[in-house]
Amino acid sequence: MNLDANIPEGPIEQKWTNAKFKYKLVNPANKRKYSVIVVGSGLAGAGAAATLGELGYNVKCFCYQDSPRRAHSIAAQGGINAAKNYQNDGDSIFRLFYDTVKGGDFRSREANVYRLAEVSNNIIDQCVAQGVPFAREYGGMLDNRSFGGAQVSRTFYARGQTGQQLLLGAYHSLSRQIGLGQVKMYNRHEMLDVVLIDGVAKGIITRNLVTGKIDRWAADAVVLATGGYSTVFFLSTNAAGCNVTAAWRAHRRGAGFANPCYTQIHPTCIPQEGEHQSKLTLMSESLRNDGRVWVPKSKDVAKKVRLGEMKPSDVAEEDRDYYLERKYPSFGNLAPRDISSRAAKEACDDGRGVAPTGFGVFLDFADAINRLGKHVIEERYGNLFDMYENITGVNAYEQPMQIYPAPHYTMGGLWVDYNLMTSIPGLFAAGECNFSDHGANRLGASALMQGLADGYFVVPYAVGNYLGSEVPIGKAGKIDINDPAFAEAEDAVRSKIDKMLSIKGHSSPRSIHIELGKIMINHCGMARDADGLKEAISMIRDLRQRFWKDLKLPGSSHELNIELERAGRVADHLEFAELMCYDALDRDESCGGHFRVEHQTEEGEATRDDENFSHVSVWEFKGLDQPPQKHAEPLVFDYVKPGVRSYK
Amino acid sequence: MSERNISITLKVWRQKDADSAGAFETYRMESVSTSSSFLEMLDLLNEQLIEEDKDPIAFDHDCREGICGMCSLVINGIPHGKNKLQTTCQLHMRSFRDGDTITIEPYRSKPFPVTRDLVVDRTPMDTIMQAGGYVTQRIGAAQDANALPISKELADKAMDAAACIGCGACVAVCPNASAMLFTSAKVSQLNMLPQGKPEKDRRALRMVGAMDAAGFGNCTNIGECEAACPKGISLDFIARMNRDYAVASVKQFLGMVGSV
Repeated sequence: MNLDANIPEGPIEQKWTNAKFKYKLVNPANKRKYSVIVVGSGLAGAGAAATLGELGYNVKCFCYQDSPRRAHSIAAQGGINAAKNYQNDGDSIFRLFYDTVKGGDFRSREANVYRLAEVSNNIIDQCVAQGVPFAREYGGMLDNRSFGGAQVSRTFYARGQTGQQLLLGAYHSLSRQIGLGQVKMYNRHEMLDVVLIDGVAKGIITRNLVTGKIDRWAADAVVLATGGYSTVFFLSTNAAGCNVTAAWRAHRRGAGFANPCYTQIHPTCIPQEGEHQSKLTLMSESLRNDGRVWVPKSKDVAKKVRLGEMKPSDVAEEDRDYYLERKYPSFGNLAPRDISSRAAKEACDDGRGVAPTGFGVFLDFADAINRLGKHVIEERYGNLFDMYENITGVNAYEQPMQIYPAPHYTMGGLWVDYNLMTSIPGLFAAGECNFSDHGANRLGASALMQGLADGYFVVPYAVGNYLGSEVPIGKAGKIDINDPAFAEAEDAVRSKIDKMLSIKGHSSPRSIHIELGKIMINHCGMARDADGLKEAISMIRDLRQRFWKDLKLPGSSHELNIELERAGRVADHLEFAELMCYDALDRDESCGGHFRVEHQTEEGEATRDDENFSHVSVWEFKGLDQPPQKHAEPLVFDYVKPGVRSYK
Repeated sequence: MSERNISITLKVWRQKDADSAGAFETYRMESVSTSSSFLEMLDLLNEQLIEEDKDPIAFDHDCREGICGMCSLVINGIPHGKNKLQTTCQLHMRSFRDGDTITIEPYRSKPFPVTRDLVVDRTPMDTIMQAGGYVTQRIGAAQDANALPISKELADKAMDAAACIGCGACVAVCPNASAMLFTSAKVSQLNMLPQGKPEKDRRALRMVGAMDAAGFGNCTNIGECEAACPKGISLDFIARMNRDYAVASVKQFLGMVGSV
């Protein structure tokens, strides 16, 4: 596997400029002869499709929802980072770069992160030009707020709906290109395989989710912007339809999968209540600007609170443990996500949890309401308080919120080089779907930044360079869908569907997904150890066998069949989950969101092993029930010296 | 968070595909937790149906936190159910009582044909957006974001309009199947901001034109749309769009608007 990251020459602040200058260009009249497929319509996908369409390429964009505007980027609440330094508080591109590398626990690629910080400012300009209604100050200038892991205010926001507004901005641009005929949009289509001709990505296979029709689509380049894989845990903050299928199919075709064990468990989610639950709902990290996190100091008091014998407000001040403020005084309640999540787990494992299940801590606004008045809190977080009450039936102005960590974002993903190309030539991965920018932990408000950076500013240049240098104009748009490679991929897709429908066993896809989720959260969740991971691998294999022996599916393949859709995604999760555990087992250190209990300080902080693990683990698929093969891309730090990541 | 279990009867619209006739079917569900969401209740019903070798009920959903706009459903005659400012996925079973009978139908509007069971086709809303729901500007060519001050009041007002999630409840609840609330929210967001001003007339004409062409009805000021809107989009935006449209029409008549 070729893992040359193709990092451009020059000092870090010149690399992207140098790369763009060296990129091959396609002349304007020739662009329309090239076709590009974009899978996914979130920030990265819609951004890339709209920009490529605007440049003049012939673009096809696919999404599984009924409209591109529904992609899960829409659910991001808090904000988007940029190094504008509008607050005059000492921010800079270098500081955003530094914070992101440090926040990622020194497990990301410097050059990519620097570029992300560099284009962050263009993103804000771009979004404002599109009409994104960011929050503003009375003077008409853009407002900012703070997010975890940073000591400057660099987060731009649109109430608690920043993801929605950014996605709608991208959707507007995409809609314009669809209206102009530059982009053809295929809603309710799910990508089920990538097609390679002579080792190069030349198309995809999709299933029309309404009619069940399997289609072949050819293109000169394919961009995957298909999001993360947190639904491997079944319960996560992701949308019900999010899945790993596109990335996993690409991996099976030869694309390296990087750092699959890097998953982010977000500290502020509404705790799980019962077995009926289908998802966990995030409460924005921005709440930690004013909310204080605590549990009772004693187990007895915690038990009384759990049983409803004692009201939280009756717990005396001296009996409360504001553990984030105690352990991390300089960042306090705004400690980064991985650290905050672990601290919550630690408190609950100690028997001091406050939710009925024992897994929940308080996020308390009483002090802020006393200090600022209820109206201020209402103005800042009103929609989040409403959302909390909708779900729990509890008024958080009167009683503290209960929160607990939940699987949220996945830093791992398809391996890409500096140009966002996977190890399959012609196949690109953008946004959460790739691994490149967040290392082992992502800072708040950086996912939206990366999605749009990749979509608007990186993919369009990089794809142009690929087409200009690797696909001669005489061959542009000339891929034949009757090529045997298409037939082989289509047959594979069909036979998998037919096989699933033919089992006629007893287990519904949902029930198996729930079981998988439990294995993953218990053994490959917030705390991992070698024995547990080995056990998980064998449990996943057993479950996978059971899936293929005992699956029960209603209906046929020639109709809208929601359970068939679900089953296909669960089948891929059942293969992917094993790789995730292999990676977690192999990475015999703790870093960021990957916490191996064998590697911690006396205070329970993660201890990295830079000597042995300062690399990207890139996995190659070797067949089912075969251990995957590991390759390593060494990480070189020329600008940010890895140190102990302290937020104390 | 006090959790109880209730038993309910569901009357659900079943329809094989767009061309088949549909009918209500009745299902009984025992011990439904009141802390589960409405869609989780349907998940469990589907598990029950699979168990009984019946076809599960197809319904649209995705984010399950009230923002993607994918969920729909008409619950006891009201899109997204009776609670104000909620989408179906935010509706929880604690809003129902033991022994309740709940009727669940798809959106029923001519421009939104039923695809299957409770799933409808809302692509005409995308078509309206493609006609003019954007600012024409080249990606990568924007000026510094703070070079264009916008008053807080105006930004907040634009955000009120931009909060629309495009779920189509306004169309579903309207006796005329009008998409005026949706279209006006989009037109208003962009038309009131300075970035959207240059294309203001063209946008109003094109989006209203696309809305009419897609077969949506006209607005007769009934106001059901505002009441059903899970995001509280105000009827004022319809008045604003009508004004923009009237001005644009006069300017078009006078030859002051370029090709539309």
